[in-house]
Order: sequence, then C-alpha cells, then structure tokens
Amino acid sequence: MDISGLTIRQASDMLSSGACSAFALTTALLQRIADVDASIRAYASVDTAFALEQARAADDARAKGKSSPLLGVPIGVKDLLNVEGQPCTCSSKILKGYTAPYDATVIARLRDAGAVFVGRTNMDEFAMGSSTENSAYQVTRNPVDVDRVPGGSSGGSAAALAAGEAVATLGTDTGGSIRQPAAFCGCVGMKPTYGRVSRYGLTAFASSLDQIGPMTHTVEDAAILLQVMAGQDVMDSTSLSAAVPDYTQALQGDLRGMRLGLPKEYFVDGLDDEVRASILQAVETCRDLGAEIVDVSLPHTEYSIAVYYIIATAEASANLARFDGVRYGQRVTSGRDPVEMYGATREAGFGAEVKRRIILGTYVLSSGYYDAYYLRAQKVRRLILNDFEKAFASCDALLTPTTPTPAFRMGENTGDPLKMYLSDVFTATANLAGICALSVPSYETAAGLPVGLQILGPALGEEQILRVGHAFEQRRKVEA
Amino acid sequence: MAYETTIGLEVHVQLKTRTKMFCGCATGYGEAPNSLVCPVCLGYPGAMPVMNREAIRLTVVSGLMLGCEIARWSKFDRKSYFYPDMPKNYQISQYDKPLCLGGGVSIDLEDGSEKTIGLTRIHLEEDVGKNTHFGSSSGVDFNRAGHPLMEIVTEPDIASPHEAYAFLQTLKQILLYAGVSDCNLEEGNMRCDVNVSMRPVGSPELGTKAELKNLNTFKGVFHALEYEQQRQSALLARGECVVQETRRWDPERGETSSMRTKEDAHDYRYFPEPDLLPVVLDASQISVWGEDLPEAPRARRSRFAQEYDIPAYDAGVLSADRDVADFFEKAVSAGGSAKAVSNWIMTDVLRVLSETGRRVSDLPLTADALGGLTKLVEDGAVNMTGAKKIFSVLVEEGGTPSKVLDDLGLAQVSDTEALERMVDEAIAANPKSVADYRSGKAAAAQFLMGQVMRLSRGKANPPIVLEMLKQKLDQ
Ligand SMILES: [Zn+2]
Repeated sequence: MDISGLTIRQASDMLSSGACSAFALTTALLQRIADVDASIRAYASVDTAFALEQARAADDARAKGKSSPLLGVPIGVKDLLNVEGQPCTCSSKILKGYTAPYDATVIARLRDAGAVFVGRTNMDEFAMGSSTENSAYQVTRNPVDVDRVPGGSSGGSAAALAAGEAVATLGTDTGGSIRQPAAFCGCVGMKPTYGRVSRYGLTAFASSLDQIGPMTHTVEDAAILLQVMAGQDVMDSTSLSAAVPDYTQALQGDLRGMRLGLPKEYFVDGLDDEVRASILQAVETCRDLGAEIVDVSLPHTEYSIAVYYIIATAEASANLARFDGVRYGQRVTSGRDPVEMYGATREAGFGAEVKRRIILGTYVLSSGYYDAYYLRAQKVRRLILNDFEKAFASCDALLTPTTPTPAFRMGENTGDPLKMYLSDVFTATANLAGICALSVPSYETAAGLPVGLQILGPALGEEQILRVGHAFEQRRKVEA
Repeated sequence: MAYETTIGLEVHVQLKTRTKMFCGCATGYGEAPNSLVCPVCLGYPGAMPVMNREAIRLTVVSGLMLGCEIARWSKFDRKSYFYPDMPKNYQISQYDKPLCLGGGVSIDLEDGSEKTIGLTRIHLEEDVGKNTHFGSSSGVDFNRAGHPLMEIVTEPDIASPHEAYAFLQTLKQILLYAGVSDCNLEEGNMRCDVNVSMRPVGSPELGTKAELKNLNTFKGVFHALEYEQQRQSALLARGECVVQETRRWDPERGETSSMRTKEDAHDYRYFPEPDLLPVVLDASQISVWGEDLPEAPRARRSRFAQEYDIPAYDAGVLSADRDVADFFEKAVSAGGSAKAVSNWIMTDVLRVLSETGRRVSDLPLTADALGGLTKLVEDGAVNMTGAKKIFSVLVEEGGTPSKVLDDLGLAQVSDTEALERMVDEAIAANPKSVADYRSGKAAAAQFLMGQVMRLSRGKANPPIVLEMLKQKLDQ
C-alpha cells in the first residue's frame, strides 16, 4: 500500500469501504516511517506497539458499528502535547524520560473519534524556534530539499507530511509555528482563533498566544481535523463557548461574493522576489475565482516582532519555571540547597535558545522594567488587534505571504537569533490579535521550493479562511 | 524621645471549600502525603487552572462581613519565585486588582473603649505545599498546594501587641460566623505575617519596619510583637537604626532573628495570569451572596444584652460562638426564660463543651430540649436538683426533658398530703432539731428541710416544704 500523500479523506474512505483495515493502514505507515525517517528525522519517537494496539481497537470499534471520519486514521503528534502513557519531551533534555500522566483535551477528543497516535514529532525545544534546529535530540530535514530546514517550531509535523510519513499531524502555533513550517514544507497548516481549541494538555510556551492546530495535506483535511478538535473545554477557561460550525460545509468551490484584503505592510522590502511573485499570482487566482481584491493597511505591523518577543518571553519565563527537577523530568542533584539544584538542573536541561528567552522574559517583567516593556507591549498588542478589526470590517479575509522567504538552509540563521526571529514577521500578528490563520501551498519557486499563502480571518472566521484556502488549493491543483 | 509602635498584619486564611482553588482535588488535612493531588495542582506540563467559584463567593462574603468594597472587576496574577513547595514556581495570586478593598474590624480595647482597625484589601490566592526535612533529604507534600487562601491585609492601625491579639481574635470570630473558614490554627487554617515599626510619638511618617514570619498562633504574634517592640525600642534608645528586614520568630527561644534583608528581597515579577479570565461580578450576584450574611458577632452581642436583658459580659460569652448563640436563641424561643437559658449555657453547656471538646451542634442535647427543661423548672414541675439530673441525661443521650423527667421519676412532689406525711415524719424523727428551732436557731429549719428532701428523694417542692415546716414548728 502506498500511503505517501494519503489524505484523511482518502484514508477514511478506504477504511469505511473496507478497502483496508486500520491495522493495515497503520502498519503501512509505520513501514513508511521506517523507510524514510532515518534521513528526515521528523519523528522524535514512534511507539509501534501502542500504534498497532489503537489501530486494532479502531477496527474492532468499526466492526461493532462505530463510524467517524477519523476512526482508524493515523495522526502524528507534536512532542509537547500530552498523550497519557507516552513521552512528552518538548524536544528538551529536561523532560527526558518523562511520561505524560494524562491526555490533552484535543488528544482525548481525537482518541474518542478513533484516531491512531503513531508517534511524536520533533520540534524546536519548548516550541522556541523557527527551524527545528533547536531540538535537543535531533535535526529534522526538509523533505523537499534535505539541506534546508523544515521550519519550526512544528518542523517535525510538517516534514512528516512532506515526506509522506504522516496522514495528518498536530502542531502548535505561538507566533507562526504551524504556518511557517507548513509553508516551508508545502503542506497545509492552520492556527485556529485563540480559544477555539482547548490548550489543556499543551505544554505552554506563551499562554496568551499558543493554539493547537491541524497540519494536513489538504484544506479539507484541516477542516475534518479541526471539526473534532474545536469546542469549549471546562479545563481551559480561555476556550470559547461559541458553537462549532460544520467546517466542511464551508468548502465551496469559488470565492464569489468574498472581499479579500491585501495588507500593504506584508509586501515590503525584505520580501523575497519569488515569494512576492508567488503570492501575487495567488491573489490573481483568487480574483479569478470571484473574489474582490482590495488594498488594506495594518499600520502597527512593524511592531509585531518586538511586541511578540516581549509577551511571549515574559509568559515563557513563568511557564517554564516549573521545570525544576523537583516533581518530574531530569534532576541534577549537585548543590547543597534547592536553589543550587534548580540552577544545576536548568543549566543542564535547557538549551541555549530556551535560556535566552527565559532571561529575556525575566528581564521584561522585572520591577522597574515592567511598564516600559510588558505593559507597553500589551498596549501595542491592542493596537495590532484594532488594525485587524478595522480591516475585517470591510474584508472577509486577508491574503499575505506566510513567510518572507522560502525554507532557508540548515545553519543559515542559527548564529543570528534576530534574523531567525524575523521569519515570524508575517505570522506573529495573528497570534497577538487572537485571530485565525491558514497557510496553504502557493506556487513554488523556480527551484521547486514551496511558498505559503497565508489567509488571515477574523476571530471565529475559520469557515471563511477554509473556504478561501480550499478554493485556491483546488484551482492550483488543476493548473499544475 | 518617646516612641510609638505601628503594626500591620497580613492574615492568610484557608477557605472552607470542598475542592481546591483551581482543580477538582479534595481539600483535606492529615491525609497521606501527596494523596490529594493531580496534574493541575502539581504543576504538570500543560495543566491549566480553572477557578473554583465557591472560593470567590467565600471571599466576597468575608469582604461583606468586614465592610469591604467588593470589586466588580478583579483579576489574577502570577507571582514568581522559586521554592520547592511551589509546584509551578509561581503562585496564582492577585496583585493590583484584588476582590475586596477597604473595610475594617472593630476591637475592644483593655480600657473598654472601641477601636476600628482599617483593612487595606482582601485578595485570593492559592496555598503552597509543605516541606519536610528528614536529615539528609527533604520531602514535599502537595496536598495543601492549591487550597484557596484569602489574604487579609490591614492598615498600619494597630498600636500594640494587645491590639494585634484582639484584632486576630475578633477577625477569627467574624470569619467563623461567616462560615468561610474553620480558622483552625493547629491545622494552619490561619497564618499571620506581621509588619512592625516604631516612630516618634506624633510623627506622621512610619518608621523602618521589620517583617515577622513563622507566626502560627495568636499568642505567638503577641509575644513576637512584645519582643520586637523591645528590640526596636532598645536600638532607637541607643541611637541606632532599625534595619528593614524579614525576621523569623523562634517560639522556643522567644526571640526573632534576621532571615533576609531588603537587599535580598524577591522581585516577584507579577503579571496578569493568562490562563484565567478576569472575575466580573455584577451587583445582583454580590447581593445574592450577601443575602445569607449572618449578623456580625458584635451586633449580636449588643442585641442580646438589650433584647434579652442580660449582662453585657454574658451577652459577649453567648455571642462569641455562632453555634452557641444560635443555640441560645433557639432555646429561648422554645420556651425558656432568657435569664435561665443563659445560666444553663454559661454554667453547664459551656462546661460540657470545654470538657469534651465537642461543638454545641454535636451535643445530643438540643436547644429545644434545653428550652423545655428551663420551662419545667419555671413551671415547678421539677426542682433544680432534679433538673440537673435531667440535664446530665439530655447531654449524654438526648431525648425530651419531660420524657427523661418521667423516666427518672423526678416529678416534683407538690401534693400537700404526701408532703405533710414526710414533714411529720421528719419532725418526729428529729426532736433535737425541733427544740433547737424553737429555741431560736433558725438554721435548724434548713436541717429539717434537708430531711424532708431526703425522704422525698429530692423531689419535694422546696418552697412548699419550707412553708409547711414553719407552720408546724411555729404552732
Ligand atoms: Zn489537584
């Protein structure tokens, strides 16, 4: 069975028609991982016995009459989402050997729907990075060009799809960590509206920015996966109570009657020429599909990276304080008192980028600096949201490049954190504003590198962006 | 130069909720270590807090009892510091938008006057775990971690260790009345940090303060403050300066010692808790929570004195405990005279409570029964000797007073024929006493009276017997 490129829809059809069993499908996927992952290293760990056990249970459930679009469908899970009984290293040494004692809410929902968790995907340590080069364990390569990075932080989830070793994966997006790797690897990645998907069980990086989202081969698959993941959760006070619409219903074939905005701040100097050309071609395709295209402005965009790195690091400095070696994870016992033990444990357990961000975050919250940094950043964040609200008053969605450049080479940005941070320049705004965003593959560069078209929607505007993404994706596939 | 003492208190009160503040774990004391824990209260990766609404209600009720302004909009913040008993290494607390603002507690001074200690604020936070040291290693019990903890902060209005003690007693009484906490000091339900400084009498500015920690009893607060007052006075008298620092009270040695100075003070790096929504309370919600507010203990004390015409001291004793006060009022409404019921409670009921360590609500004796018993005495159905016996039964086994009266056969004998036979018997058997009486020794009548009571096995109606004796002896 060739499972490379298999979508959720195709897998679901095969399973429900009896063309194959979940066991056979999972076996084939595990074989594919065994064949290709040594060179890609998308998975941090694969639990074959656990995967096959779930597949068998899915087959049993189907035999007893259960049906669901995800029943028996294998899913890769980013290594910071808790799955009971599975490791959850967050690609950090400090959580080496840690076993999650509970299911994240999204995991519990997917489990109920019959999904099969095949393995843990590699990532930047604690989701801090844009290339997956910050994993403490392994470097994941971009399957499109193995000398290039897959993006990050959900690089393993994107690379697994691009390498044909996943049907669908879960990622998390704090400043672009789903969309940027999706763009670099040529797959679909969605960051839902803040609060649309429960964060319970997502190892927090920046609590006010984090969202879990689907990473898939198609927009339709993203809709199918989101359908199960979305909805209010009593365990997450920030989850939204709004009813979950039928996302697949939103996938119409055209864009007639839709107004799509082009924010001029996303087409500035520094944007790669080929990326610009790809996105402008995508815009024309959308126009051709019936959309009205209008120019809009999001004037506070230029502050987004600064604001993002203040808020995200501030929250991270508190969120990561719990990794102290007292209750779980690695502990370095040198030292005479708890404070020395913390120091030794965190010194040995955290990588350089994590330490850099903890120090930054600690600094911006410090007495005497709080007002100048954190408080001011929160005010500008509000202005960024106002920009979007104004734009969405006249547009159904906005079209932008997902990233300023295609996938960069391994090691190209590791020596320059600031340059690395700028790869989030078009994505972080959606997290700051709490709105939803989707990256779908646009036209490739001459060298065949993927380019991501980012579709930004208002809060709870998932249906609109899925509709735009789906229509564009269908047309591009026809053109290809 | 003469100095005066300025004291401010921060009182931590564990709220009486069934579950912890941010998770579904039961609250409890004395359970096996780490048996009341879950991913949330252990600070596991990915776990998130969910607000316990009851903790908000109890804090608001406390605020209403203490005359605070209840914030319509308040929020939670993260207070960061590393300590092994703190699961997340930040505590979810309230920084600049607490649930309650202002308010005050009126206390009685030693000279009988009244003084109000102002409150700055009341905020809600989560409790931490408990460290235990075993020689070369340490353990942490997180059962307590996440228990809702209310922090009541006073203005620097307290002028002496006595006032601090009176404040804590009065506060405890109010919180017990409100039913928001068990206020059990042994179980750590109430803990206190103290700020104390001295300034020249009349100076508008506060002196340099010392913060005292490890004060687990009210007596401890009192003694630590007395010690600290002397220590600071001595420094100032010598012309030295008080250093701003945190000092630990050592109850064994009876002194405070420096823990850390201002230079090593924590920077808690507060910022708004992103995992929780702000707490928004509308007026109707606050008034619904305020509807069941009990009468405050001081108000009840004055009402008791007036309404029941009992001495102020008795009113104070009866109103000190809400259950006892309720018991008193219920017994009175069951038919006893306030005076008599008050006497029963002050002498007998409270004695039983202190002897057995029980609460009045745990006694088999009901308020209705005590009221009934009082009424039996007033109606002359039983004398005090018998009533005491009935009381003992009621307190041990419960039941209704009239049934116990019958069971014990203690009905007072007022039947004159029967009494006359006993009086005649007593006179006949004690000629010497009769002679004594007739020779002017009035006390002899008491002896004869006792004989009649003995013959009646305590059931004779004493006034009738006395009357009868006098008639016969005076003939
Ligand atoms: Zn718990």
